[in-house]
Amino acid sequence: MTLIGWAQIALVLILVVAAAVPLGRYIAAVASGRVTWLRPAEVLFFRAAGVDPERGQDWRGYALAMLAANAAGFVLLFAILRLQGMLPLNPQGFDGMSSWLAFNTAVSFVTNTNWQAYSGEAAVSYLSQMAGLAVQNFLSAASGIALALAVSRAFARGGVRELGNFWADFTRITLYVLLPLAVVVGLALVALGVPQTFAGYVTATTLEGAEQVIPLGPAAFQIAIKHLGTNGGGFFGVNSAHPFEGPSAVATAIQIWAQTVIPFALCLTFGRIVSDLRQGRALLVVMLGFVLAATAGIYAAEAAGNPLMTELGVDPAMGNMEGKEIRFGMPLVALFTATTTGASCGAVNAMLDSFTPLGGLVPLFLIQLGEVLPGGVGSGLYGMLVFVLLSVFVAGLMVGRTPEYLGKKVQAREIKLATLGVLVLPATILGLTAVSMVLPAAVSSIAAAGPHGLSEMLYAYTSAAGNNGSAFGGLTADTPWLNGTLAIAMLLWRFAFMVPVMAIAGSLAGKVKAPASAGTFPTHGPLFMGLLAGVILILGGLQFLPSLVLGPLAEHFAILAGKTF
Amino acid sequence: MIFVTEVVSVLVTVLATRAAIAGEAWAFQACIALWLWFTVLFATFAEAVAEGRGRARAESLRRARTETQAKLLLRPDERGIWQPRNAADLRVGGLVLAEAGDIIPSDGEIVQGIASVNEAAVTGESAPVIRESGGDRSAVTGGTLVVSDWIVVRITAAPGSTFLDRMIALVEGAARQKTPNEIALDILLAGMTIIFLIAVASLVGLASWNGAPPSVPVLAALLVTLIPTTIGGLLSAIGIAGMDRLVRFNVMATSGRAVEAAGDVDVLLLDKTGTITLGSRQATGFVTAPGIPEGELAEAAVLSSLADETPEGRSILAFARERHGIIPPALPAGAKVVPFTAQTRISGLDLPSGQYRKGAADAVIRSTIGAVPAALREAVDRIARQGSTPLVVAKDGRLLGAVELKDIVKPGIRERFGALRQMGIRTVMVTGDNRLTAAAIATEAGVDDFIAEATPRDKLQYIRGAQGEGRLVAMAGDGTNDAPALAQADVGVAMQTGTQAAREAGNMVDLDSDPTKLIEVVEIGKQLLITRGALTTFSIANDVAKYFAILPAIFVTR
Repeated sequence: MTLIGWAQIALVLILVVAAAVPLGRYIAAVASGRVTWLRPAEVLFFRAAGVDPERGQDWRGYALAMLAANAAGFVLLFAILRLQGMLPLNPQGFDGMSSWLAFNTAVSFVTNTNWQAYSGEAAVSYLSQMAGLAVQNFLSAASGIALALAVSRAFARGGVRELGNFWADFTRITLYVLLPLAVVVGLALVALGVPQTFAGYVTATTLEGAEQVIPLGPAAFQIAIKHLGTNGGGFFGVNSAHPFEGPSAVATAIQIWAQTVIPFALCLTFGRIVSDLRQGRALLVVMLGFVLAATAGIYAAEAAGNPLMTELGVDPAMGNMEGKEIRFGMPLVALFTATTTGASCGAVNAMLDSFTPLGGLVPLFLIQLGEVLPGGVGSGLYGMLVFVLLSVFVAGLMVGRTPEYLGKKVQAREIKLATLGVLVLPATILGLTAVSMVLPAAVSSIAAAGPHGLSEMLYAYTSAAGNNGSAFGGLTADTPWLNGTLAIAMLLWRFAFMVPVMAIAGSLAGKVKAPASAGTFPTHGPLFMGLLAGVILILGGLQFLPSLVLGPLAEHFAILAGKTF
Repeated sequence: MIFVTEVVSVLVTVLATRAAIAGEAWAFQACIALWLWFTVLFATFAEAVAEGRGRARAESLRRARTETQAKLLLRPDERGIWQPRNAADLRVGGLVLAEAGDIIPSDGEIVQGIASVNEAAVTGESAPVIRESGGDRSAVTGGTLVVSDWIVVRITAAPGSTFLDRMIALVEGAARQKTPNEIALDILLAGMTIIFLIAVASLVGLASWNGAPPSVPVLAALLVTLIPTTIGGLLSAIGIAGMDRLVRFNVMATSGRAVEAAGDVDVLLLDKTGTITLGSRQATGFVTAPGIPEGELAEAAVLSSLADETPEGRSILAFARERHGIIPPALPAGAKVVPFTAQTRISGLDLPSGQYRKGAADAVIRSTIGAVPAALREAVDRIARQGSTPLVVAKDGRLLGAVELKDIVKPGIRERFGALRQMGIRTVMVTGDNRLTAAAIATEAGVDDFIAEATPRDKLQYIRGAQGEGRLVAMAGDGTNDAPALAQADVGVAMQTGTQAAREAGNMVDLDSDPTKLIEVVEIGKQLLITRGALTTFSIANDVAKYFAILPAIFVTR
């Protein structure tokens, strides 16, 4: 680790937080309908859909609207992917996807996961990329943010049923937040050399005289929303490590900024919606703390290199550069990896499969903690709020009062729903991985022997279940078993978590908001932040420890013992 | 949690037995089985101890509820004609006669008569108390003993639902429902159990990739260490212990819910008299009229109070003795006592040496001749403003000065209110005094707010207002006019000496009839939650340590 490396990391994070402050305020204004500079377009949409943006929905109405929007998105995307061979804007003449792959891909993009069992430049037409995948990048992100706004509103006032109007939130977030940001980031990426063209692939003759096909496409703006919406589905197969997707260190820094700015900003939006900015700031600090710790963990593990390689005479000064791009450098790879897994983005600018065991453990564990650090756009905030409720519950009992958060009492119903939500992730990840490790049809997908093979499978289900979408690599994912079960994992976490969260919001919204008194446990101080971090680690992470011991940790100790597989 | 542990214990025992029969190595498995059974044993042990204590108390109560014969009156106005009737056959609304030596057959309201009643069976206090018809002391409890005189009681409780029955059911835990926070905690712990069940079960699949998975007894041991057995086993014991603690405090809660709500209370409504102040006014100072030595005033005050048996009168004697060393003389022969009446509001003594009078300021001043010194008038006003009562003393129609009677704030109460404030609880004093007096006492006692000239309506409105803001309100009360407020409050502690209506409206009854206990009830409620919270946190945090101890033990040897 070097000082200049840490300076790079600090610079990017400072820019993220600096931008999150005004953005948080802006999103709060959008949420309350105070932003109107695209009013004509907004009204057009409302009128065409017959939506009255002023009409509030209760939690059921809101959740059903969200599910309906996502179901429609799934059907549309599935159809486009299956039929892309017959549709225009297909200069390479790709066939339609197989039904398992199309199912997996459609689920993946609708759930904001963007797990890719295909390689973009080898299987997806320009139309599928733009009208299919990119559209869902916007819509799944907007769904998540809308939900986070609805949940935030539940804490704002007492004794209400309505949490806002999904269609209004959905439209406004897309129009006022995601589109303008995507245009700005997209233009910046174009300026840095990311292609944005309808022209077909270029064939070049290399110096050795061999022929090389260079894939192109309308990539820049799709990449912009891929990061802003924490989707992570790359235009090209190797994602941001591809020279056209991540052409330079500056481009990768912009992508890190883009994939974290909205999740962090939403904390502050939450603070504004509940009229207590300190609460939002506390959540942001906890998230930022974890991001820093994770970055340090990856950076340290990778910079230390692999002792077995050092024995073979490789200079350890560079650290473990296998699978990393020289143009990004170690610090930006570490920060990118920590944020992409912490933020549920899933883009990668280095190959995680080539990380040292401990370097690979950190992103794996970050996803397992529930994708709340800072988590996906919207999903990070509402996931974090579930952990907040659990922390408040434990802490509240310790101060001798029925636990309350922002004046809302946390009672059996909320705890039941929160526990239900928290159960989904370990059940999905551990259950499906355990089954896959003994199922011959699944085991055959694993490339590596020894504990690393377990890590590959564990990572795949973790990534899918956590709606992250990043790939560890080394796993042949395009098989019916993996396509099917991974899609189920994505659906489970996204929707089996969203619905209880909305039910919690509905139940909390109806409660009276008790005024704070001297006996109220303060939820903005360092004590609470520490407690929250502890609850995330213990309730969110403890159950995964055995799997980590058998995977990355076993590999780590094997390397130290000089054992290879 | 306990259930899971039991299932696992049985499973491991079966496995150990099978291994032993098959002649395989069984000692390790047997050790684990033994250890698991100990876990089950200790988890159940705590609950059994707590329950046993409750049962002993119920037994002593049951002895009080012996089969009694009631004297059922056939005609309400003639207490000579009654019929013996088994207490269990009494109906609500029936009139029974209870004479000296009778045990009151059931809960009821005195409609006629006055009697001293020994309520030791219920309160444990053996000194008899006076019960009379009308007013706030008209309720009697079944199972208590009439010591003297007679009363006619209208039965208000159906057989099986009397106060004593409810108490027995309560301490036995028959009516014990889980409190809301306990249910929530149970759900969280059940969730954690399921999570760890998944984590342990998945190990079979995960570990088989690198070799054979750990054996079932090892996995069973891991599971039981990880799931929150400690807190799971103690949860119900904590609840029972909390109720038991209240019972030992001589407070009966109708439900655990009420105890827990007490811990949540934000606003405490406390009656001034008896709770915040000692309830009897005491002399605390002499203010002389211009030109009168204080000794003269003190002596006149003593003489005018010689025949005054009220606590106020006694306190004047005590104060004069303390301040001026005046030993009150015996009532001289030939002295004429002027008793206090509500009309004159003056009392005193006519002696050969003069006519000594004391009384309400305006009454005494009106009865004197001559000008009232401005300084005295000011002093009287000042005393009234401070929340005290001025008694003006006169000798032969000449104003000597005033005695300041003060309602003494209980020692230490200010500190207690300070402690409550730190817990986030607002204290509100309820008093019938005027605003001026109330404000002065409120400042002295350190309460946060007060309701002066309080009517039952005012109390009810105050409670509703606080609840509307999302606060939880607790109050203590005894009179029938307190009943609506007691019912409205989230925690209502009724006094055992209070009326039946008040006792039914509250969700706790204080057998010692000490309104100050409201504060202790709140503290017990809090401790109940704190104990649970602390154990849960410990149990969850402890899992981390267990993991680091056990996982290497399972995997490293292989």
